[in-house]
Amino acid sequence: MINVSSSLLSDLACAHCGLPVPCALAPAAGQEGERLQAFCCSGCRTVYFAIHEDGLGRFYDLGRELDERQPARTTDRAYTELDDPSFTETHVEAVGERHSAVELYLEGVHCASCMWLIERLPRVLEGVTEVSLDLRRSVARVVWDQQRVSLPQIARRLDRLGYPVHPAKHLDLARTRRAEDRRQLARLGIAGALAGNAMLFAFALWGGAFSGMAESHALLLRGVSLAFALLSVFGPGRVFLAGAWSAVRAGTLHMDVPVAVALLVGTGWGAANVARGTGEVYFESITAVVFLLLVGRWIQHRQTRSANDAVELLYSLTPSTARRLESGAELHARGTEVPVAALAPGDRVEVLAGETLPADGRLLAGRAGFDLATLTGESRPVVLSPGEEVHAGTLCLDGRVVLEVSRTGVESRLGQLMQLVERASAEKPKLVQRTDRMAKRFVAATLTAAALTALLWSFLDPARAVEQAVALLIVTCPCALGLATPLAFQAAIGRAARRGILIKGGEVLERLAGVGTLLLDKTGTLTEGRLRVTTFEGDESVGPYVAALEQQVAHGAARAILAELGPVPPGFRAEPGEIASTGIEGRVWPSARAEARARELAIGSEAWIRSRAEVPERFERAIAAILLAGESPVLIAEERATVAVLSLSDPLQKGAREAVEQLEALGWEPQLLSGDHPATVAAVALKLGLDSQESRGGVSPEAKLDAVFAARANGLTVMVGDGVNDAAALSAADGGVAVHGGAEASLRAADVFLSRPGIGAVVDLMEGARRTVDVVKRNLAVSLAYNVFAAGLAIAGVLHPLHAAALMPLSSLTVVTLSYRSRTFDAEPRNPRPAR
Amino acid sequence: MDLIFLVVPIALALAGFFVFAFLWSVKSGQLDDLESPAVRMLHDDEPSARETPDES
Repeated sequence: MINVSSSLLSDLACAHCGLPVPCALAPAAGQEGERLQAFCCSGCRTVYFAIHEDGLGRFYDLGRELDERQPARTTDRAYTELDDPSFTETHVEAVGERHSAVELYLEGVHCASCMWLIERLPRVLEGVTEVSLDLRRSVARVVWDQQRVSLPQIARRLDRLGYPVHPAKHLDLARTRRAEDRRQLARLGIAGALAGNAMLFAFALWGGAFSGMAESHALLLRGVSLAFALLSVFGPGRVFLAGAWSAVRAGTLHMDVPVAVALLVGTGWGAANVARGTGEVYFESITAVVFLLLVGRWIQHRQTRSANDAVELLYSLTPSTARRLESGAELHARGTEVPVAALAPGDRVEVLAGETLPADGRLLAGRAGFDLATLTGESRPVVLSPGEEVHAGTLCLDGRVVLEVSRTGVESRLGQLMQLVERASAEKPKLVQRTDRMAKRFVAATLTAAALTALLWSFLDPARAVEQAVALLIVTCPCALGLATPLAFQAAIGRAARRGILIKGGEVLERLAGVGTLLLDKTGTLTEGRLRVTTFEGDESVGPYVAALEQQVAHGAARAILAELGPVPPGFRAEPGEIASTGIEGRVWPSARAEARARELAIGSEAWIRSRAEVPERFERAIAAILLAGESPVLIAEERATVAVLSLSDPLQKGAREAVEQLEALGWEPQLLSGDHPATVAAVALKLGLDSQESRGGVSPEAKLDAVFAARANGLTVMVGDGVNDAAALSAADGGVAVHGGAEASLRAADVFLSRPGIGAVVDLMEGARRTVDVVKRNLAVSLAYNVFAAGLAIAGVLHPLHAAALMPLSSLTVVTLSYRSRTFDAEPRNPRPAR
Repeated sequence: MDLIFLVVPIALALAGFFVFAFLWSVKSGQLDDLESPAVRMLHDDEPSARETPDES
């Protein structure tokens, strides 16, 4: 999946994923019979035929969403490690006598159609009884008959369908989390049933109060209601009592304290009234409070997702297996596949073109271009020769290499980087909930009001003093207040998701609504993330010859030049001489005929060409202009004289400047933070209208993290990035935003993921966050207004339990309506999605 | 109206039964994943005739 410039792409769509097909892979007309099938990569081809062989062609009729399109990936692994006894012991559970079950993490799952495909596995693979996929976690539970099929066979089949398999990690963590989910849901159900039944009995009592009721009947109904309240408060409601108790012991206050006071006072007073056989009871309100507050908690719990840890992040970046050469084997021998965990320092590993290095080490044989973008963020490939150090996660672009392993797994540089991500996310500051900040004043206000009420009524009618104070405490219970924040966030997160902005938790919105420093990565975030030829000066007849020569190389720069000067006319033949990381030299014939005259060309960087050819004055000026613009000059020399100069650059995305201006207008202070060359970064800053002091280039992943820490000392800090090298900074920032097309590690480390291309989505995000916080504030104001109104009724002594029972759901309902009816993320898009 | 002494326990027993049923469904994991089933039901309308040969 190398980024290919758009003009290298044909107008055919890949039969599997629907993305454009590169010209080089487009089939000639009629080659494959009637129906032409083109594929963007070999992964998609494998998956397409695997799906059709299994009779699952309906997959393509299911109408997948355009946003979700991505090329398929298959690995051809044998998955023998899944048959290992140690794996079976820790991951596989027995189901009945013959069946086993396992949870597998599937890479590449993104939509409902994937689920359809994966869950059809029992139909195509005999012995598999059941597959159920949890779409949110990308984890499939597979049940199979051990005598009829083996786990590696199942894994290979899933792989061939485009879903490489990894054992689900952290089973313990997942289990405890699931247990907690179930406990919360059970509590919610019990509280709901008690609240509903208490309300039914309350209706009967109110009916009796108006039309008369036998005392024994009233006693029965009040007694049963009391039982409901006791069950509710000391059953599901225990969480509030425990929360309040620990807060009081710690000498702090949060919203559990007024809740606990209201629950205990209401239940106690009600129990006394039932025993006395006279006085009002508020059991329906008490049970409703418990239920509604638990609803709020449950929503909040479901919003937050647990952070991924370093080991899991490594999955997405390094292969799970490597081909190890037997000890004593020749360097050109074929390796045997082993799990990466089995690699030890000193082992020799074979890596082919297009594969990712499994471990850190030293090159022993082979010379190839490497894409270091994962580690450095630099988009240009680097050619490395034997003896040089290479790192895990680096992509080998061309040729076969052999490396001697020095460090593996979390020991590798990439592993260290991922541990940095984990540590950074642990250090993220915790936000004190807005409602908890209000708690102190809230408690003071209600207790004072209750005391005043008691005092007032002890003069007016001493018999009703306690009654009215209790009524006030119950009716001011911060019920809608508990719902105000989670509901508003929940509604906004749902709306944002429909607009291509995926937010991992409500807290993030609260942070993003502020004002502070906005750190922007350059490559891929503000720019298109791939090189393009922007100017060409000199002898244009050289074009096809240059293209023919560049076709021999797989570098991003070569591809950009090929995209501009190609396609290569038929008959052109190139014979490359020296190929270096900074240039290529060789001869090109325009046709195969003997009399055709070859042109001897050298294409490369300024320094590389200067060392072998002259540069005339008029090109010196062009080079200076290109350098001034922050772009990279590429010189073309023919027989020791420069004949043309072109410039390569990674152009800014459309609308990037407007987006940065809008963010500044919102009060953010944008700063560039890039791993790219400082001169390039400065040039981009200039184009964006940013101060050059606000841009920093040549920043390592570790330095990005330090920059976030430094910025955080001055206030709120938001980081926007796309690469693995941004991951640590993304997780440490108050808000981390990963942009469309970013590496999986950055998506997981970030709080927000934009599934819609373009930096404009960041503006939508910031504006939406502000509107959401406005909704939260409005919700809080409304629920407080209800409390004040109800407190007024209680002080005036006109509050009946019926009022309390009506006001409480009414205030909650208002909050729900306000949350779901407010416009947060659905305002008209500022930057319409570019047509593809 | 003393029938109420019989009706209330019956009502409570019914409510208790449904609460118990809910708790059972939570414990058995039926409510663990609230998103995938919503999507899954959309897929079940395929013609079964085409798939039957595969199941043999």
